[in-house]
Amino acid sequence: MTSIAKPAVRHPGLPTNKLGLTRRDYEGAMSTLCAGCGHDSITAAIVQAFFELDIEPHRAAKLSGIGCSSKTPAYFLGQSHGFNAVHGRMPAVATGANAANRSLVYIGVSGDGDSLSIGLGQMCHAIRRNLDICYIIENNGVYGLTKGQFSASADVGSKAKRGDVNELPPIDPVLLALTLGATFVARSFSGDKKHLVPILKAALTHKGFALVDVISPCVTFNDHEGSTKSYRYTRQHMEDLAPIDFVPVRREITADSEPGTVMAVTMHDGSVVRFRRVAEDYDPTDRDAAYAYVRRVLERGEVPTGLLYVQPDSRDMHAINRTVDRPLVELPYEELCPGAEALERLMEEYR
Amino acid sequence: MSTATAWASAAPGLDGTPRVNDFAFKIGTVNGTGSASANSLIMHTIFRMGIPVTGKNVFPSNIQGLPTWYEIRVSRDGYTARTPVFDLVVPMNPATYARDIAEVRPGGWVLYDSTWPLDRSLLRDDVTFLGVPMGRMCNENFEGDRARTLMKNIVYTGALAALLDMDLSILNGILEEKFARKQALLEANFKAVRLGYDYVREHFDCPLPIRLEKMDATRGYVLMDGNTAAALGCVYAGATVGAWYPITPATSLMDAFQQFCERFRVDPETKQRKFVIVQAEDELAAAGIVVGASWMGARAFTPTSGPGLSLMNEFIGLAYYAEVPAVIIDVQRAGPSTGMPTRTQQGDLLLAAYASHGDTKHIVLFPADPEECFYFAVKAFDLAERFQTPVFVLSDLDIGMNDWLTPRLRWDDAYRPDRGKVLDADALERIQKFHRYLDVDGDGIAARTLPGVHPKGAYFTRGSGHNKYGAYTEDPAEYMEVMERLARKIKNAAAAVPEPEIRRTDGASLGIVTVGSGRAAVLEAMDRLRDEGIALDYMRVRGFPFGEAVAEFLAQHELNFVVEQNRDGQLRSLLLLETGVPAERLASVRYYGGFPLSAHHVIEGVLRQLGGVKA
Repeated sequence: MTSIAKPAVRHPGLPTNKLGLTRRDYEGAMSTLCAGCGHDSITAAIVQAFFELDIEPHRAAKLSGIGCSSKTPAYFLGQSHGFNAVHGRMPAVATGANAANRSLVYIGVSGDGDSLSIGLGQMCHAIRRNLDICYIIENNGVYGLTKGQFSASADVGSKAKRGDVNELPPIDPVLLALTLGATFVARSFSGDKKHLVPILKAALTHKGFALVDVISPCVTFNDHEGSTKSYRYTRQHMEDLAPIDFVPVRREITADSEPGTVMAVTMHDGSVVRFRRVAEDYDPTDRDAAYAYVRRVLERGEVPTGLLYVQPDSRDMHAINRTVDRPLVELPYEELCPGAEALERLMEEYR
Repeated sequence: MSTATAWASAAPGLDGTPRVNDFAFKIGTVNGTGSASANSLIMHTIFRMGIPVTGKNVFPSNIQGLPTWYEIRVSRDGYTARTPVFDLVVPMNPATYARDIAEVRPGGWVLYDSTWPLDRSLLRDDVTFLGVPMGRMCNENFEGDRARTLMKNIVYTGALAALLDMDLSILNGILEEKFARKQALLEANFKAVRLGYDYVREHFDCPLPIRLEKMDATRGYVLMDGNTAAALGCVYAGATVGAWYPITPATSLMDAFQQFCERFRVDPETKQRKFVIVQAEDELAAAGIVVGASWMGARAFTPTSGPGLSLMNEFIGLAYYAEVPAVIIDVQRAGPSTGMPTRTQQGDLLLAAYASHGDTKHIVLFPADPEECFYFAVKAFDLAERFQTPVFVLSDLDIGMNDWLTPRLRWDDAYRPDRGKVLDADALERIQKFHRYLDVDGDGIAARTLPGVHPKGAYFTRGSGHNKYGAYTEDPAEYMEVMERLARKIKNAAAAVPEPEIRRTDGASLGIVTVGSGRAAVLEAMDRLRDEGIALDYMRVRGFPFGEAVAEFLAQHELNFVVEQNRDGQLRSLLLLETGVPAERLASVRYYGGFPLSAHHVIEGVLRQLGGVKA
């Protein structure tokens, strides 16, 4: 969604997906963010990803915390239930929601303040539980709504709009997630939709916690010279692991134009992520290698992007809990209440 | 002289006349030495003899090595409040010998381990010392340190059985049930019981003047703690998601929920579970998980205690404002801050009633005992869903962790959960457009929808300012319209919470008001005060917001004693704030030291307030 209101009339030539829905069916309310905000581009990528994955909009649940990023679920998937939680606490709400109904597609949108400061603990523990969610951090290194304070992801030496220079080391969500055992770790850039959409599609398909850190410049408070989270800086310093294609299940994999350089990872549902032009010795399912790679790139002062690590066969919260396949909310009460007779028998044990 | 001591000196049996089924004794041990199962054995033996019995576990916030006491009160009249007067003490922990021996009432008995002689300074000439060489017996009869330590508990059980005239066949029967598949352990226990029993019979006059005699007063009852009962309530209410962070004294509630779920909620074929329990990273998350699951349409709850409730305030405000059901069971302990984690209190009344910033007010249920923990837990889910708001069940450590004489819990299979106003797919299909916060019925409750059901049901749940359509707003009129409806909604809940328990006494002009676990002590105190010519009408509030009956009762009595277990008179404050009763009609009687309330606290408080009127 952009900041420009669109006409209500639907163009008959709009492309439709397998459900017969157009992209417009995946959009939401008009954005109230600043014109040019990176977050709006991510919103557009989310719309695109859901559209292309043929997900029924009302079978998705979108959640967020508090902050500019957390406003965005209002701007996509207007036919999905949304939950704007309290600051930093979206992972808990998502955990409860997913516990109750495992059949929906969960997308969480957070920011660097929301996830790396006030909600750092919540994010870490959602990773630990391997909550089945596509968890996006719209990362701009700055607090926008409160007018420009550094966030925990600000790089050392990055300059604020008012001139002060950050001296505290950043918390890198990608390194953190790798350390904590996250089962899908990616980084992208809001200014590169072609890069972001396939990553989102893979993340939405992943069974488990899929962290997608998206550098998303704040045009008002952090897009100036000296900032390391500006459009310009990110474009110049993005070092991509490899472009990926997401091939959904049941679609034929067509011959590759560059044979020999493609690495394919099959996701839990049979869909395939294909890494193009990836270095031959890089294994995206090797956590230690991914960690070392990210460290190396960061040490060079570059921004490592791409789908950096994936463990496609991981056990999510429900697999670990051995929950019934049917969503708990769909279990009839009769199956949940042991009944009067059972209580009568039980009472015998307390005398 | 305190009332407690006054009773003691007037206690029957002091002159040697027998006192049957009306006495109290306590056992002092070291925690982690296995005394809990011996104490439970004693409790259940007395219970199965048909005699009303209550146990209070006075334990430290510690895993092993610190003093712990178990107090057992036997009362043919059915009094279950804690009594501070002990007729017999079993000091098994040398570290507390002095204190334990000092606590025996004059004319009472001390049953001690005479393997080593008692320090002469501990001796009292107004009590009888009964020495049994328990340590030596265990060393001679059992192998290994652990067995010797454990069996000492069973030896004192056997000794008590002889002294108090417990029914040995019942006692052995319980052991047989417990160790049915552990023959060696069963034999060892039998032997230990016999050692204590025979030694005492041989060396002392048995039974003592304080003794047991079979009754038929426990038929239809069980011995159960409130946390077990509340957990059962959650199972029977159909709760499928439980989230928590371990905290004393609420931990055993989730433990019990887990055990019951593993028993009743596991598919026998697939072994898959029809429940999810999340041990969260903290209580913030636990509350958030409950909110998320309830939003999705599950019945979800969290058990906690004061420190946890403090952390949950943020989510409680969100659930109140966004109108998401949530059930929070607060097993209160002594605050503020960490306070005394293993001591009881009613210190969270005001916090629960108005939790979170901004204008909020919450539905609170106040169980008095395990039985009400069970039924109120079920009720809490119904109210939370009907009113789409957080509901608190305010239990406490005394109710939650002690074994109470509890009427057998019963269930009506006709019960169906009250899910409140939830629009299903068909209803959504029929309507033009769904608006989340529109008060269509004029009762302050708007219909909600559940995620995943129908595209038309979608809305954005938020804790930020919203209008009746569910859209973001900063408009004063729109914002206030929703806030006014919320106030109306919660006000209406007063008619749906449990009515107060009221008992009237002929000729009473004064009232006595209490809440929760204060019940047992207040009812006992009323009997004693009546003997002294003070007649009181009794009311126990059971729900908040207060219904009309509460204000009426207060208005009917010129003076109401408000009995509660906190320093500042929180129930009295709530009554003042919410009923408009004049302050001079509410006299405060408080005890908040951390032990369960006793009748003498109430009697002393009432007599002090009455001053010259009747003392």
